Amino acid sequence: MRDAFIRTLTELVPQHPEVVLLSGDLGFAVLNEYIDRFPRQFLNVGIAEQNMSGLAAGLALEGHAVFTYSIGSFPTLRCLEQIRNDICYHGANVKIVCVGGGMSYGPVGFSHHATEDLAMLRSLPGMQVFSPCDLWEAAEAARYLVSHRGPAYLRLDKSAAPATVQPGEAFRAGRIRTVREGSDVTFVATGGILGEAILAADILADQGIFCRVLSVHTVKPLDRDALTTAASETGGIVSIEEHAVDGGLGGAIAEVLMEAGVFPRFLVRMGLRNTFSSVVGSQQYLRKVYSLDAAAIARTVSAKLGTAVPALA
Amino acid sequence: MTNIGGGAHIGAVFSCVDILAVLYGGILHVDPTAPKSPIRDRFVLSKGHAGAGLYAALAERGFFPVAQLLTHYQDGSDLSGHVSHKLPGVDVSTGSLGHGLSIASGMAYAAKLKSAPHRVVCLLSDGECDEGSTWEAALFAAHHGLSSLVAIVDYNRIQGIAPVADVLELEPFTDKWAAFGWAVREVDGHDHAALRTALVSVPFAPGKPSCLIAHTTKGKGVSFMENTVLWHYRIPRGAEFDAALAELEAQP
Repeated sequence: MRDAFIRTLTELVPQHPEVVLLSGDLGFAVLNEYIDRFPRQFLNVGIAEQNMSGLAAGLALEGHAVFTYSIGSFPTLRCLEQIRNDICYHGANVKIVCVGGGMSYGPVGFSHHATEDLAMLRSLPGMQVFSPCDLWEAAEAARYLVSHRGPAYLRLDKSAAPATVQPGEAFRAGRIRTVREGSDVTFVATGGILGEAILAADILADQGIFCRVLSVHTVKPLDRDALTTAASETGGIVSIEEHAVDGGLGGAIAEVLMEAGVFPRFLVRMGLRNTFSSVVGSQQYLRKVYSLDAAAIARTVSAKLGTAVPALA
Repeated sequence: MTNIGGGAHIGAVFSCVDILAVLYGGILHVDPTAPKSPIRDRFVLSKGHAGAGLYAALAERGFFPVAQLLTHYQDGSDLSGHVSHKLPGVDVSTGSLGHGLSIASGMAYAAKLKSAPHRVVCLLSDGECDEGSTWEAALFAAHHGLSSLVAIVDYNRIQGIAPVADVLELEPFTDKWAAFGWAVREVDGHDHAALRTALVSVPFAPGKPSCLIAHTTKGKGVSFMENTVLWHYRIPRGAEFDAALAELEAQP
């Protein structure tokens, strides 16, 4: 996803002289082509995320379209107040890019995981929040953000779901994508973990349970229509995210459905529950540990529907 | 303003009003009829709690009616206690300390990219030099040789609830800025002629950002407010207000 983002930015920058990419001393090697081609539109600002965010606001107030770039919680939580006061309050044209969404950086440890970022960023007025599931969504979100004016957050996962794009499909910011049709249960996922939802849907299909799979590449603004439709048309909703369920996608879905007065038969929020991702292991291993892999998703659905636990794929 | 509205920070305002008066009295190239003019000098009040002082300077300079100052702190006003960019002439809203120098550095870097001749002036408090982000920005500005950037530090030596020397000593303050790569000068922050002389000579050194450490007196101009911690937050009311006004009006 990271490479898809950089590739798209590199492709578009020649038409966008106002773009400036700020890195918090991260992106070794992956930013090389961009830096070589557009040295005046790149700055390594050092390991100083607060300053990076304030600088970004200052540059944006002078007409630049600024991207800040770092890992995990560094470009968001470390400098949340600069994002709130300097960027959002001024409506500054700054896009914050996090590489390593969720538990992407697995064994590196919890400090490098981004597991509360969606909740915090989506609470900020004027902020749009993007969390693509696959390489196409990542590239398209990047393309959208280059032209979009205003504060936005792009969370890039190391894992990517298998390609889900349909021929001729257009990326629409703020609209949920239906990746698979089904009427028994709806999986609503954001980020690369959508791949687990698809696998879980495969497992359940073998049991005669047909799951709709929705990809929420835009967490804010959140697409009400797709959610209320899923709540009324399918037998229940399972939200899946590599993030805290509190305030994350699951929380956001609950807010939307309650306010709309459309109640699913059940809502299960799958994600981290009041815990740090402190176990050591790969992203895939951690999904298993924290019951977020395909098998866990399938088990959860079976338990809800009162069916036998399906065999693992 | 602070009497009617009940605004705090009068001491912190009085310590920098001379600096603001000199800046808006001719140093800054700004035009009240074109507050967003691209060729204007930029000003960032990083010590946003001195908003009342900046509002007064802007009103005197004609950016908005002086009468509007009386709405400071009032319900529905645009004049929040900490400075707000809703007002014409204000580029940046601040209030949380340690933000302004980064924003000003971004503005100065943008000016450098387009070789624009305008300057970016940022007024900081001494207390906000406790904030690490201030020094992140100081490193950045020096590394990139942002010679259009001027940081003025209102060095009144009293912060929120105690003297600077008792909280986190900043001395040797001039040496710190110099060590970070800034061209530094010191000035009596209440001496208009000296302030003007210093500010017309920026950049103090070619290829470097300039830091002007302004030695000031918190609560300047009112004997019982001067150099007291109390008047960082205390609101002038009743007899204290009358006495303060009498003292100020007796001054030339």
